[in-house]
Amino acid sequence: MSANGGAPALRLENVHKAYGDNPVLRGVSIDIAEHEVVALIGSSGCGKSTLLRCLDLLEPIDAGAIWFEGDDISWPGYDVNAARRKIGIVFQSFNLFPHRSVIDNVTLAPLKVLGLGRDEAEAQALELLTRFGLAEKAADYPDRLSGGQQQRVAIVRALAMQPKIMLFDEITSALDPELVGEVLNVIRDLKQAGLTMMLATHEMAFAREVATRVAFLDGGEVAEIGPPEQVLSDPQQERTRHFLRRVMEARRL
Amino acid sequence: MTSAAASAPVHDPARLAAIAKRRRRNTAVSTVSTVVVLGVLAVVIVTSPGWPAVKESFFDVDYAREVLPDIVAGLRLTVLLFVTAEPVILIVGLLLAVVRGLTSPIFTPLRILSIAYADVVRGIPTILLILMFGFGMPALNLQGMPDSPLFWAWFALVVSYSAYVAEVLRAGLESVHPSQRAAARALGLNQYQSLRYVVVPQAVRRVTPPLLNDFIALQKDTALVAIIGAGIEMTRAAQIRAFTDFNYTPFVVAACFYILLTVPLSRWADWMAQRQRRRSQAGGGAL
Repeated sequence: MSANGGAPALRLENVHKAYGDNPVLRGVSIDIAEHEVVALIGSSGCGKSTLLRCLDLLEPIDAGAIWFEGDDISWPGYDVNAARRKIGIVFQSFNLFPHRSVIDNVTLAPLKVLGLGRDEAEAQALELLTRFGLAEKAADYPDRLSGGQQQRVAIVRALAMQPKIMLFDEITSALDPELVGEVLNVIRDLKQAGLTMMLATHEMAFAREVATRVAFLDGGEVAEIGPPEQVLSDPQQERTRHFLRRVMEARRL
Repeated sequence: MTSAAASAPVHDPARLAAIAKRRRRNTAVSTVSTVVVLGVLAVVIVTSPGWPAVKESFFDVDYAREVLPDIVAGLRLTVLLFVTAEPVILIVGLLLAVVRGLTSPIFTPLRILSIAYADVVRGIPTILLILMFGFGMPALNLQGMPDSPLFWAWFALVVSYSAYVAEVLRAGLESVHPSQRAAARALGLNQYQSLRYVVVPQAVRRVTPPLLNDFIALQKDTALVAIIGAGIEMTRAAQIRAFTDFNYTPFVVAACFYILLTVPLSRWADWMAQRQRRRSQAGGGAL
């Protein structure tokens, strides 16, 4: 059940991934339409992060296919740099480059990968930083910023490559609770702009709000996928119900 | 963050006076103890039975003045050796370190060579390398190769120190968290670009103090070139004067110049490290 009728922007076909003898993904298939926001939920270790890392080709997959713009980008020998140029990823731990100022973090890839001129790259970076309220931090080094600011810079850094799809790997999990909101606002903003996104998250309320579809991952499989109101309010599977119940209980503590 | 109860600090003059008094006391203690320790040392040395003889052959001020121009002339070659060797060592060391970290199977032979290089070269005393290259290479009469023993002594220093520098840089490269490389690759940078713009700059900053340490050692080891008698650098200049007049004062003069060379380098290294900390860390370098 896709949110709209467009061709899938990204198609995962029976993706398998194991670390040694330990299977992490056991046949994941998801189609993501353009402008769609798919939220991945599931307990820690269910394979959410691995799935996103595989999508950005940071980890090779063992079997299956990842279709993007007509190519199986997971095929051995495929030009991974070309694929990564169009797929942005933001990590839980920000991973900003500590030796470069905020603006230099943002302009690095546009300068070196896209071959933009410095003026153009900096103008574009400043525009993005301004849009997300970070303009006055442009000359600062990442360690001087709060966690929420750092994560917003990391998002801007990925956006500066003008990706077709953005992947978010639990980007609020390392933040103090009062800083979560400012980062989630960025995602809301991006959804408004129509960006195709896939986000692993523990924020159920947020998943319900922004996601066009929610996928519940369990044991390396998509246990249930559908519109948020269905998966989160009226889950069909017993294990989905069990997971959501545990989440609710944890919240009440 | 000011609460309703917050107020300006009230400075009690008695408290300020107590702080000032304590500070003066600390200064007095450190001054007195320094003077006492140095004074005792000086007395022990000067009253020792051999002092007059040592003073005459090591601390002859007139003779020092006389040999000064020779030592200063040697200083030029010392600095030249050091300044030309250093950039080459850095480049070779970085190449060795990077090659050693490559995982692709194509680079396996290079990686093995890099490991062997570090193992073999670090196992040989620098003085032997200088003897072997300095005497051996010119004797080979190779076509198109320099036949100056001085060049090959310089080359031996480069060979020796690049192995040490490679190990220091390798430690630096390995200390950069893999997530940094992942973030760079995720942005579409290729392996070379990730190294060049993300991993290497962080690695080099982290190992600047040990690198500078190696360079101070190199600066002094240019003295080893003296043993093959090629070129009059500072130690060789001191040696010539010392052994013609059997007065070792030139060695002390040369030692002073070596110190004059290394101290600014150490201070510069400290300053660089501190500036880096201030720039990139919140709290102005509390670590």
